[in-house]
Amino acid sequence: MDWMAWTWPTAAFFATIAALLVLFTVLAIRFPETPRVGVLRFETTRGDRLFITLLGAAFLNLAWLGLAPWPQWGALILCAGWAAAVFRWV
Amino acid sequence: MEKTVNHKAWFLVLPVLVLVAFSAVIPLMTVVNYSVQDTFGQNQFFWAGLNWFRETLASERMWDALGRQLVFSGIILAIEVPLGILVALSMPKKGVWASVCLVLMALPLLIPWNVVGTIWQIFGREDIGLLGYTLNALGVDYNYTQGFFAAWTTVIVMDVWHWTSLVALLAYAGLQSIPNAYYQAARIDQASRWAVFRYIELPKMQGVLMIAVLLRFMDSFMIYTEPFVVTGGGPGNATTFLSIDLVKMALGQFDLGPAAAFSLMYFLVILLVSYVFYTVMVNMEKREGK
Repeated sequence: MDWMAWTWPTAAFFATIAALLVLFTVLAIRFPETPRVGVLRFETTRGDRLFITLLGAAFLNLAWLGLAPWPQWGALILCAGWAAAVFRWV
Repeated sequence: MEKTVNHKAWFLVLPVLVLVAFSAVIPLMTVVNYSVQDTFGQNQFFWAGLNWFRETLASERMWDALGRQLVFSGIILAIEVPLGILVALSMPKKGVWASVCLVLMALPLLIPWNVVGTIWQIFGREDIGLLGYTLNALGVDYNYTQGFFAAWTTVIVMDVWHWTSLVALLAYAGLQSIPNAYYQAARIDQASRWAVFRYIELPKMQGVLMIAVLLRFMDSFMIYTEPFVVTGGGPGNATTFLSIDLVKMALGQFDLGPAAAFSLMYFLVILLVSYVFYTVMVNMEKREGK
């Protein structure tokens, strides 16, 4: 695994995503759901909303890094808000 | 009949998952790891945090390449999609000539990228190339190694030559699937040629055209070989698109960290666009199915 040049922060990052995927799979099996239409006007399931959240979070983090003069963890708060909004309204 | 739900069937997807893990996920994870470190070779890495991302976001070079890339993709889509539809509309519907046309249209698609590049590199040369020589003989100052306009024109015309067939073939497939009854109804209503196109052919081609736009956008957004063979990204940086710049950075300068940060941003844009297209396509199918 040396060639993959692992670091603790990146390992934690991927572990979080893997844990989220497992969690959502379990949720989908335990509590099946019907897709719903939200503000984006197309059907989404919980998994879709997770994807939109993660993709959006990546862009928010980059925008924060490039534009905001504050420390990077501030972007996490923004992303938490984003996630809440996506799961509530999308 | 009631559908059988069997979640064990998911195990059948396992081989594909393993394949994708090795060909995409693991390399992508490695790129993420590289993007937060610096290396001088010998498999020695030093923590760099988010510096490469910060540097890339502030780099004029990246924004310029992204701008060029978007302009290039925009231009080729604006040419190839209408042209492809036009070609498909003018192709014979059946008979020997239909097959001849199909084979001829498919030819450019079968030529490997670097060969296409070489063909156009020679074709455009002012000393031995048919195109370059003729244009210069006619008094047009055409030299793709020195002129900005000539380089861009060559790269765009080359892409149009290589890929319009794909749009045409997809549009042709869409056209062929329209039942004759629609045309008969249009004739009874004395619909004009434009009305037939606007209200029958175009809506029926919508699905395949979305696929064509998606494929052409992705391919053009990732284009590397053809412009690299013809212009090498020049003159200056005039045709240095994202992937050419990325390769220069990663392999030419061996700046693996910045190149990894750059490629992750590149990947995010592609992921976003693919997701939007995918969602639009799936929803279009659902609406049609209703």
